Formats: sequence, structure tokens, C-alpha cells
Amino acid sequence: MYETTHARQEKREMTKVSLGAELLCELLIEAGVDTIFGYPGGAVLPIYDALFDAPIRHILTRHEQGAIHAAQGFSRATGRPGVVLATSGPGATNLVTGITDAFMDSTPLIILTGQVASEKIGSDAFQEADIIGITLPITKHNYQVRKIADLPQIIADAFHIATTGRPGPVLIDLPKDMMSGPAEHCTLPEPAPRGYHVPNAPDPQVLEHIAAEIKRAKRPLLYIGGGIISSKSSEQLREFARKNQIPVTSTLLGLGAYPAGDDLFVGMLGMHGTYAANRAITECDVLIALGVRFDDRVTGKLERFSPHSKKIHVDIDPAEINKNVPVMWPVVADVGLTLHGLLALDCAPDAVAWRQQIAAWHEEWPLSYRPAQDGLKPQLVVELLAKATKGQAIVTTEVGQHQMWAALFYPYTRPRQWITSGGLGTMGFGFPAAMGAQVAMPDQTVVCIAGDASFQMNVQELQTIVENKLPVKVAILNNGFLGMVRQWQQFFHERRYAESRIGSPDYVKLADAYGALGLRAANAQEAEAIIEQALNHDGPVIMEFLVHEEENVFPMVPPGAGTDQMTLEWEEA
Amino acid sequence: MERILSVIVNDRPGVLARVAGLFSRRGFNIESITVGSAEEPTYSRMTIVSHGDDAMARQMVAQLMKLVDVIEVHDISREKVVSRELALIKVRITRETRMEISHILEPFRVSIVDVGHTSMSVEVTGDTDKVNALIGLLSPYGVLEIARTGVTALVRSGISEMDAYDTRQTAWPM
Repeated sequence: MYETTHARQEKREMTKVSLGAELLCELLIEAGVDTIFGYPGGAVLPIYDALFDAPIRHILTRHEQGAIHAAQGFSRATGRPGVVLATSGPGATNLVTGITDAFMDSTPLIILTGQVASEKIGSDAFQEADIIGITLPITKHNYQVRKIADLPQIIADAFHIATTGRPGPVLIDLPKDMMSGPAEHCTLPEPAPRGYHVPNAPDPQVLEHIAAEIKRAKRPLLYIGGGIISSKSSEQLREFARKNQIPVTSTLLGLGAYPAGDDLFVGMLGMHGTYAANRAITECDVLIALGVRFDDRVTGKLERFSPHSKKIHVDIDPAEINKNVPVMWPVVADVGLTLHGLLALDCAPDAVAWRQQIAAWHEEWPLSYRPAQDGLKPQLVVELLAKATKGQAIVTTEVGQHQMWAALFYPYTRPRQWITSGGLGTMGFGFPAAMGAQVAMPDQTVVCIAGDASFQMNVQELQTIVENKLPVKVAILNNGFLGMVRQWQQFFHERRYAESRIGSPDYVKLADAYGALGLRAANAQEAEAIIEQALNHDGPVIMEFLVHEEENVFPMVPPGAGTDQMTLEWEEA
Repeated sequence: MERILSVIVNDRPGVLARVAGLFSRRGFNIESITVGSAEEPTYSRMTIVSHGDDAMARQMVAQLMKLVDVIEVHDISREKVVSRELALIKVRITRETRMEISHILEPFRVSIVDVGHTSMSVEVTGDTDKVNALIGLLSPYGVLEIARTGVTALVRSGISEMDAYDTRQTAWPM
């Protein structure tokens, strides 16, 4: 028999105990949660019932994947854990891509999934999935609540684990009976996950060795990554680089940690890194790697990666040390504390000639593209967006060619300004992530730079941004292709464009159908005009830019090649 | 080389799956894995036998340490250890071979745990080589079934400091 909310309330007043779902809401609020992205379903109905009265903003997306990418965008823009709620079975499994993405990019998330009632677990009940088993390899940790009395400790531990050390997603599976059953009121306990420790400050003796190593360097290079952003040490990095005049190159996820446009900034390195950055990493003699993991998109062929350098590697995750590249000075510690320690020591190398060399490389092969005689170049669109937003927007991207152009041609000057899917390379990430970032940062301009193919992967979230009056500006670089797939087919599969040509709806009409503003541009003048119009419009806008179909991303280190073996321009074979 | 990892974990449901899953997804092979209660009632001790070079062993240890339910990891491959494996072996017997087999068993100090008309089962405890040797000697008679526990091990007492990688505080210069 169904129990009405009213009847439950009466019972609650009589018994003076709360429900599991109410306790959950209370604990989440105490943990600082003010926003949840989610989608209801049978197993989480008690939670939604409790949320109905709770002072928590719930954003109802159109797909659970949209919800989790939005939570990631929220987290990446703020540094606070994003929270996502989905029902059991398909609700939970729809989160899997986002969980993996967050795991790969070390994004702190709290994932709440409904589960069938305890006594039905294991019986293949309706909408049952073993989400604990499914997410074992893609979460930092996960929990299933088996006794409601455990919930407070689980919530406390989950937030602690998600946000400390190397951040990551933590999942809590909530059987329906735990949420609809009685629970005792309780405040959030101190986190105490047994067996979980976080490295803190580095060994001062090691720091002295490192300082001496850097001081001796003739060709030092700072190679920085997402760890600088998650450890909030962008300021220390800037101070350290400037004090010691050491050039800086960044990974995709590290962009913004060191300001683009600064004299010491060499640009992004790796597969689509700048000529100067990839030459610098190849020629340097002391490599100072901070909060990076020597990803294969950065290193290229390992044997050719920075072959002459003594390597210093600072990371809070000990498993990253010597995982891909052997290093001379490993430091398992917080990168901010490490930089703080190094700032007190004399590290300044004599590297005038090296900086001149890097400047010469920049001069020789600056980041550039051939301007269009007619039509519109995608790189130009990114440059126009940067100009119109004065380089100040929060930029999210989908995955593909447009992502690389957005990485290379927009000048990021502060941490958390740049939100992209690095490790997993998830198409469909950028648009919901922009939505999440806009929820977190209502006063900032949020631009999603998208490809026509990627955008279509989570296009349904248009309805969510319209409903929630989120003024996200989407810039679709429409080249009629899965652009990066086509580029690889051009280079490595003799231009056989198998299944990479992809059609699009009429984006102007589509935007209109959802109640957003749709704009289209096919040349530079139109592009400039619609960008201005979009930024002046106070609601969500979809801008479609019809760009050159066969434009390629350069420089490029072909797969299997070394970072010194860049292709700078395509020569017809 | 052969690697023996001694791992203390929280005694919680699913911990074995976490550890075994980690090994398979990272491409580390597991030769054997044993789990049982440890000295503290809320802990279990796992003994994992694997193969790999030093770099791979360090990765195994470091990755294991990342699991929240893992309390300690010791790579005891180069330590003096007491390692034991238990095997139950059911071997075919006839009236003629029965005595012969009993003679083979003697130096192995095995227990005969079951005897029938056509087969008998023996229990052997020892290091892996000893168990393998016995199986080798018995196989000409017809080994019908084998059940092995896999290796479990402890570092011998009197060994000064165990080679414990406390991966949370330090790392190893190459």
C-alpha cells in the first residue's frame, strides 16, 4: 500500500525520528552542498521527496550523462566537489562515462546512486545494476550503505576522499529501504577512512638537492599540469618561475595555471603542442615536472621523450612516480608546499642563452595558420571569441579538433578558466560542463567551444539551460565532419573518410525550437557580428560557424613519433 | 622475478574484488592470491604471488596503496620468508601401487586424509617447490584431482627491518 507524504510526516512527528533520505539531505547540506545535478527514478524517490523541502538547488537535466558532466563543470569551475544524483540501474549506468572522465582528470565528485531495496539486491530486480562492481575501476572509492547508521561516516569519508590528495570521484550507492526507513538525526562526524592517508609536505633535504640541481641547470624547463590547479598552487608557480626565470610549458589540463602571453610561457606541449614547447622539452637538461603524469599524448614515443634531462617529478600520487618515465628526483608531496619550500631556497639557474633559444624557436615557428581567402577558418573563430571576451571567459570544450584550437588560440590567464576532457577525451562533455560552470559562476561569461559532431552527443541539455535561464554561449565550429577522425584518416588512411562525414540539424531552428537564440556565420565579418550579438544577449545562444571542412590541427606529433618529430604543415604526398 | 606481496586490508566485503580487479586492469598477472584473517580482527592479510621486474613491482605496490581499504603493502620477494602452500591430491591406487606410493609419501611428511579402493587423498604442506615435486612423483600413478590453496607467507623473525614501501611518504630514486 502506498503511504502518502502526509501520512509519513505524521508518523515522523510521532516517532521523532527522521527518514534516511532526510538525514542524507541534512548531511549533504552540512558538507556544504548547495547544488545537485540529477534525474529522478523509482529507487531514489525517497531522496527526491526529501529534496523537495531541502534548501538544495536541484538541476534536472535531460540525461544522467548531462547531469554528471554538469557536476564536473561545476567542480572544475569552483574546486568544490560536484554532486550528481541518479536512480538505480540505467540511471546509474548512464553515469559511467562521466565517472571515468572525472577519474582520469582527477575531478572531485560525489556520485549518489539509488539502489533497489536491500533484500532485493542480487536478485536481478527491476532496474538493478551492480554499480559498485561496475565502478570499482573508475572511482577513487565507492560505498554501498548497508546500515543507515553508517551513512554519516560514509558521507564524511566520501567528501574527504574525493577532495584530498589526488582528487577523484567517490560513489555512494543508496538502497531504497535505507532512504525510506527511519534514521537518527546526527551531525557530520570527522572523516576517518582507515587506510587512507594523504602525503603532505616534502622532505626538506630532498628539496635542497632539487634546488641545487635546478641551480646547476643550463636549460631548465617547468612542465606543469592539472595538479597545479587542483592543489591551488598557481600563485606559487608564477612566483617560482619568475623569481628563477625558468620557462614554463603546460599540459592540456594545466592551461591557465600559468598565464598565456607571459614571456616565460612556451605554450602547450605534446601531440598538438607548440614547436617551441616540444623543442624545449626535447633539449632541456633539467625538467621540473609538477602535477603531471607523463601522459602518452604529452610524451609521444617514450624513448625520445626529453632524452637529455635530469627529471624532477612532484606529484601527490606516488603511483605516478616512475610509472611511464623514470625520474631522478621523485617528490611525493603537495605541489604547492613543494613550491613554497623551493621559493625559500636559492634555485636561480643561469639560463639566459636557453631563454634566447626558446624565443628564437618561437620566432621561427610561431603558432599560426593560413588565413582564409574566403570562408571562415576555425582558428579565427577562437581568436575572435578571445578578443570579444577579452580573454576572460570560462571556456569549456567538447573533444576533437575544435578542442585543440581552443587550447592553442585562446589565451588562458587564470586557473579554472579552462574546462576540457583531457584523459578520457569524452565527446559530449563540453556543453553540459558549460552548464555546470554557469550554474557555479552565474556572473561570468561561459563559452562552450564545440564541434558539430560532439555537440550532438548531449544536445538535449539545451532544454535544461533554457529552463534554468543559464546564459551559456555555444560556439559550434561546424566542418561537417568528425574533424579529428577525418584528420587522422587524411594522414594515416589515405583520405578514406569512412563514416567521418556527419550531418547536422539546422542549428538556428534547433535553438529556436528549444527557446534559445540561434545565430549563424559563414565568414569573418559575420562571425565577428554574431559573437558580439551573442555576448550582448542575456540568454543562452547557439552560434554556428561554417568553417573550412578540411582544416587541420598543427603542429602535430604523429602517433608513435617523438616530440621532436613534429609535422608543422601538411605536405601533399 | 617472482614477487610475493603481503598486503593488510580492511576486512570488508568486496575488498578481494578491488585488489584482484586492480591487478587485472593494470595488466599485472596473479599467480596466486590467498586471503585470511590477520592478527587484528578487523584486518585481513592477502598474500599475492606475481611476476615482474622491479619497476613493475613498485607500480603494483604503489597502485595497491591507492586503494582506500589497503592498510599496508610489503614486497617480501627479497626477504627471508616462511612460505607455505597446502595441497590436497587425490591419486589413483591399485593393490600393487599402494605400498609404493606410501613409500614416496614418507619423506614428504604428508598426511593421508582419505583412502578408498581405487584412490587415496593426501594433504601436503610446504613451499611451492615441495608441492610441485610431490605432484610430479605422483603423476605417473594417475593424479585424479588437485586442490591447492596458493602461497601464504610471513617474513621470518629476526630479520631487522622489513622492506616496506611506505609509498605515502616517500618514493624511490631510480
